[in-house]
Amino acid sequence: MCGIAGLIHRKGSSNVGQEMTNMLQALKHRGPDSTGFAIYGEPDENTFVLRFKVAEQEDLSASLKMGDEIAARKQKVDETLKDLGVKVKELEEATEYAFRYEIQYSGDMQRLADHIEDIEGAEILSIGASLELIKDLGDASVVSKAYGLDDFTGTHGIGHTRMATESDVDIRSAHPYWAYPYSDIAVVHNGQLTNYWLMRRQLEREGQRFVSNCDSELLAVYVATHLEKGFSLEETLRKSIDEIDGVFTYLVTTKDQLGMAKDSMAAKPMVLYESDDMVALASEEVAIRAIIPHEIDTWDPYDEEVRVWQA
Amino acid sequence: MAGVDISHEMGLHTEPLKGRDIKTMFSLENEGTYAYAFAPDVDFNKRGSVDCEGKEATEINGEIRELIESGHGTIVLDNPGAKHSIIVGILHRMNFIVNGSLGYFGCGLLDGPTVRISGRVGWSFCENMMAGVCVVEKNAGSTFGAAIRGGDLVCKGSVGSRTGIDQKGGTILVGGDTGAFSGFMMQRGRMVVCGNAGKNLGDSMYDGTIYVGGEIRDLGVDAVPADLTDLDKAWLTRKLTQYEMMPENGVDHFTKIVAGKQLWSYDNLEPSEKKLVL
Repeated sequence: MCGIAGLIHRKGSSNVGQEMTNMLQALKHRGPDSTGFAIYGEPDENTFVLRFKVAEQEDLSASLKMGDEIAARKQKVDETLKDLGVKVKELEEATEYAFRYEIQYSGDMQRLADHIEDIEGAEILSIGASLELIKDLGDASVVSKAYGLDDFTGTHGIGHTRMATESDVDIRSAHPYWAYPYSDIAVVHNGQLTNYWLMRRQLEREGQRFVSNCDSELLAVYVATHLEKGFSLEETLRKSIDEIDGVFTYLVTTKDQLGMAKDSMAAKPMVLYESDDMVALASEEVAIRAIIPHEIDTWDPYDEEVRVWQA
Repeated sequence: MAGVDISHEMGLHTEPLKGRDIKTMFSLENEGTYAYAFAPDVDFNKRGSVDCEGKEATEINGEIRELIESGHGTIVLDNPGAKHSIIVGILHRMNFIVNGSLGYFGCGLLDGPTVRISGRVGWSFCENMMAGVCVVEKNAGSTFGAAIRGGDLVCKGSVGSRTGIDQKGGTILVGGDTGAFSGFMMQRGRMVVCGNAGKNLGDSMYDGTIYVGGEIRDLGVDAVPADLTDLDKAWLTRKLTQYEMMPENGVDHFTKIVAGKQLWSYDNLEPSEKKLVL
């Protein structure tokens, strides 16, 4: 089933970490397996935030030596960053296996991503000037607490509660998906893409790389490649409705935009609230009510509807 | 036929049934057969309330049941907070006033009550309603009135997709627009949309009537336009006036949509008519 949610503040920053946590916790019943956040903070000039993991949560109980293995993998990541000329400004150990680095890097982002992903067990969750992507097993409050999202200030964000149907219960298969290796683009999706392999092979022939077998990652890569080709976010989302088959509602974020697209069958839910100050969307209205408790006017976007909002 | 023997042993063929057993449903001598065995008498003038704040759906519905069992015929719900599955399986002629919005699967399986909702409702509102009146003042989600069999279901705002999917009777009135696949597999009843209708309107319908006041994006398979008669206009005027939804420009501009195919073995008698004939 899965639940998705997103919000964007139109007049400055807010505590999006806490707001997204509340929204996703209200959607826990739609997907208890994992929870993910893609939230956008206030960018620091010339600084990227790199979030990566070097193991899955379940790996910790697989071997007594896993702690040593994690330390060795992290050491390799550190050495790789040094070799590539990346300056690590700040380092934070979010969990035993997931890390947050503030880095300065002016080189090729794909080269950086490829070298880190080449290390056994290492997976980049996101690289961005303002994007921070956090995902792990458990409900929103558990993940938020583990990664300290309560104090996260920013302009917008999207999130996902996952009920695993097509792939494993692990961080790799959890949403949101970062559009490897494009910075600051993330996607959450509720639905199923029926021409996934056809579209994936087409994008792979164009040189794009996928880090999972989850159909939702296709949307992130699809959006990122089209933005790179010069399409606007709205044009990209409209094109996706024509080219991607299946039943889906998805949210996409860039460093300053939030977009929504709904398939031609309108088979997957989405409730929308829009005011002068903010826009909030979710699979169910209860998620919006988790941050706006008073009575509000909401509505369901229709089939093939595309909307884009600016931070 | 071992099952029959067992059922006799259990007294199932001799005990007085109070439910809507088909054999006794139209027995005028036995008034009790018109009511559900588990539906106690209520007094419309006895008013109770439930504050939904901080409560789960099960708890809210439990409190509603307790109020009904103690004879309350009018129940007010405050702070519903778009929670799911509230006011379900109500089999009484009684009143509900909801101050706020309901979430998914609100007011499902109703048979008799009058419900007024000041806010919005989520997906699958009033699914399988048998009888009664439900009025939503704001918008509604998709599959509004799915498979309803009777009663009046009203949304004064706009509704999502697949409105009245599998509608088997009753009336659905929409003040604004409706999304794609509305009236899909409609089998009986009437649907009125004062605004625009999305694509594939009335797809695969095989009976029933849809009236649209605005534009229709396109018709589904088997749905065809029909002449709007004086009887249609009179009925539309009466219904829309009743719920204070009458458009300023009247009803003459409405488009009437009906099923364009004939099913050889399809029986279009209303269940109640059939029972009277039999």
